[in-house]
Amino acid sequence: MLFVIGVITWIALLFTDLSVVFSAKNNLPQEVPTWLPGIILNLYLITLYYYYKFKIDRDEQLNFVDLLWRVFATGLIATVLSLLLRLVEGLLKSTALTNNVVYVEVIYLINLGLMAAFLLASFAAWKRLILYQKSKWLLRGWSVFEYALLIGLLYTCFDRTPNETLYMVLLGIFVVMGLVLSANMKWVAFLNFRQKWTCLLLLLLTIFYFGYLSFTSSSLAETVKLGFTDHRAHLFIQSVMIFVIVYSVFSFLVILFNLPTTSVFEQKLEEVVNFQRISQSIQTEQSEESVYNILLETSVSSVFADAAWLETKDNSTHRVFTYRITEKEAYDIINHLKTQNVTGILDQGQDKTKNLSKHLGALKGSRFRSILAFPIYVKGENIGTLALLKELPDGFNKEMTKIVSTFANQAGISIENFRLLEEALQGERYKEELKIAKTVQKSLLPQVLEQDAQFEIAAFSESADEVGGDYYDTLRINQHETSLIIADVSGKGTTAAFHMSQMKGIFHSLAQDCIEPDEFMARANKALVYCLERGSFISAIFFLINTGNKTVRYARAGHCPVLYYSAATGKAEYFKDKGVALGMVRNNSYKNFIEAKEFAYQPGDIMVLYTDGITEAKSAKGEEFGYDRLASVLMDVKEQSSREIQEYLIKKLYEFSGTDNINDDYTTMIVKFNNRT
Amino acid sequence: MVHIKRLQEDGIDIIAPIGEIDASSSIELDLTIAKSVGEGFSKILVDCGALEYISSAGLGVFMSYIDEFKDKNVSMVLYGMSEKVANTFEILGLYDLLTIAPDKAEAKKKVNEV
Repeated sequence: MLFVIGVITWIALLFTDLSVVFSAKNNLPQEVPTWLPGIILNLYLITLYYYYKFKIDRDEQLNFVDLLWRVFATGLIATVLSLLLRLVEGLLKSTALTNNVVYVEVIYLINLGLMAAFLLASFAAWKRLILYQKSKWLLRGWSVFEYALLIGLLYTCFDRTPNETLYMVLLGIFVVMGLVLSANMKWVAFLNFRQKWTCLLLLLLTIFYFGYLSFTSSSLAETVKLGFTDHRAHLFIQSVMIFVIVYSVFSFLVILFNLPTTSVFEQKLEEVVNFQRISQSIQTEQSEESVYNILLETSVSSVFADAAWLETKDNSTHRVFTYRITEKEAYDIINHLKTQNVTGILDQGQDKTKNLSKHLGALKGSRFRSILAFPIYVKGENIGTLALLKELPDGFNKEMTKIVSTFANQAGISIENFRLLEEALQGERYKEELKIAKTVQKSLLPQVLEQDAQFEIAAFSESADEVGGDYYDTLRINQHETSLIIADVSGKGTTAAFHMSQMKGIFHSLAQDCIEPDEFMARANKALVYCLERGSFISAIFFLINTGNKTVRYARAGHCPVLYYSAATGKAEYFKDKGVALGMVRNNSYKNFIEAKEFAYQPGDIMVLYTDGITEAKSAKGEEFGYDRLASVLMDVKEQSSREIQEYLIKKLYEFSGTDNINDDYTTMIVKFNNRT
Repeated sequence: MVHIKRLQEDGIDIIAPIGEIDASSSIELDLTIAKSVGEGFSKILVDCGALEYISSAGLGVFMSYIDEFKDKNVSMVLYGMSEKVANTFEILGLYDLLTIAPDKAEAKKKVNEV
């Protein structure tokens, strides 16, 4: 769109100019005012300005080389076109046509148009370059410059009789402003070595095109020799041209002088990138090993080392990661330094970065002549040493030492993060394990409990998030005898579930033979001593209900005492007896710590078995459920069935704790002796 | 959470756990007793006066030392338990296995007897 407008204005300029020239030449009265071409030229310039503003200035994707390339391409096209015209002229030789002032004027205007396009394209490109990493003040300065140029443009529209002094003053001001702005060359620093060479070439050619085009247009204007169509003295074009050329020359020189230091800047840039790699490695890498490898790679490349190794000591594992060096070579050096009694290189106690190059001189057969060692810390603990090697003697300087020690620190942090992540994962895995343990534990509890005409049993077990080791079971031995067990394994988690399964195995194998309760405990203890680790134990009560003579024989091994409701007395009481938990006494004397008890039951009697999770359940105030409350809860529902008693007890328990999130296991088994016989 | 204090009196090491001993804090109790034995004390008193609660894991710690103490001729006496803590010890049958005294004077007497 703007391009079309540009073309139209140029054609308009052509015709008005031609008309003026033609009239002047033939001494005809002016049909077109002589000031019109000047205004149209200005319009053309403004159109070009906006055209390139959108084409170059606003194009975000252009990088510096692309920008210069655009300018260069515009210059090339303009120059080639101009040269073609010359060629045509050369072919025509000096015919009448070439001497015709109208023809010359056309050629001049074409050249002028091309040059203006080239100038404004460069202007837009230079603007981008100057304003790279702009500050507030720079942006203001540039705006002032642009507005001043616009004023210059307007000035040429209205002032038809150029005032020499004013012209020179304005031009001088613009040139000074241009010079000041030209000092902004930050972009040069961001070019790499190759880009700098490309830019130099492009700039050189661009400067050449400027020279050629301005020479061509001014020489053509000379031939026209008609003051009012001579645009040489156009203030805007002059100022822009000077500014553009000055900036081109400046850039050229600055790039040229920057060439030798490019590698330093590139190196710094690489350091930054390497830093980022190390810190990102935590998120992407799979293991500490990859962090070590990245550390090796980055530190070697940032200080131009020839080789490196990294030695880590973690508890018992000792490992060496090597980079461009064989393990044998590394160990040769390590051993050599050891024999020389050099401390610091792989001595984990040393906490300082050390330059040990002088000790390397004595090692024969090694290609390395410089060595630098760095400690790596994780949570203040030295976990390894990084050693960098160079074939050059005295190859490391202070800057390099600083860089690598920051790398080493960063690697330490990465590894620390990595370990934290690992721990978190471990925790996750542990939770998963607990879930499995919980299902195992659930499956160990019986689905169906023995029932009899003379008693009914109801049981309930709910475990907290952490797996507990509560166990209950029943086993019918014969028509008259049934055995019962309730047990609580100390500890929690998978081990508790594991011990619980052992207890189940013991119960099912021993109870089958109508074994006496105290004998059961003694044998269970003997068996468990071999599986329970130090400090673990199982509390249990084993019952043998005989419906033939209506007695219950039992033995208690450190388990919560039985709560017994006697229908005859109408009272609920806890059985007092002695008994040490299973696994506590690890020799044959255990039998002495167990009491065998027997009582007769009557219809309506209730036996409440439970684990300490119930009596120790806490209310919001921190009060314990306790033995008295348990007994009174039983008294509330003593007339009901065992299932109802159990449901009531659990309901009361949850009411008491005031939360659904229990913090221990709730396990209870209620045995009610029936009236039926 | 538990905080364990230690002080020495007449060649007797007094360990005083303050707070609650559960599965996680029982490790601390274990370490303290191990340290005391490691330092060569053969007379250990455990002041349970400030012990508010002890879980089965905590009791397991005391249990786990019974055999070792027998071998090394170390005597340990617990004293000053609250009724609640004493009940926990009693249920598990630990009164038969450990030496438990009502107060410090009694405990000192007992620890010197053995």
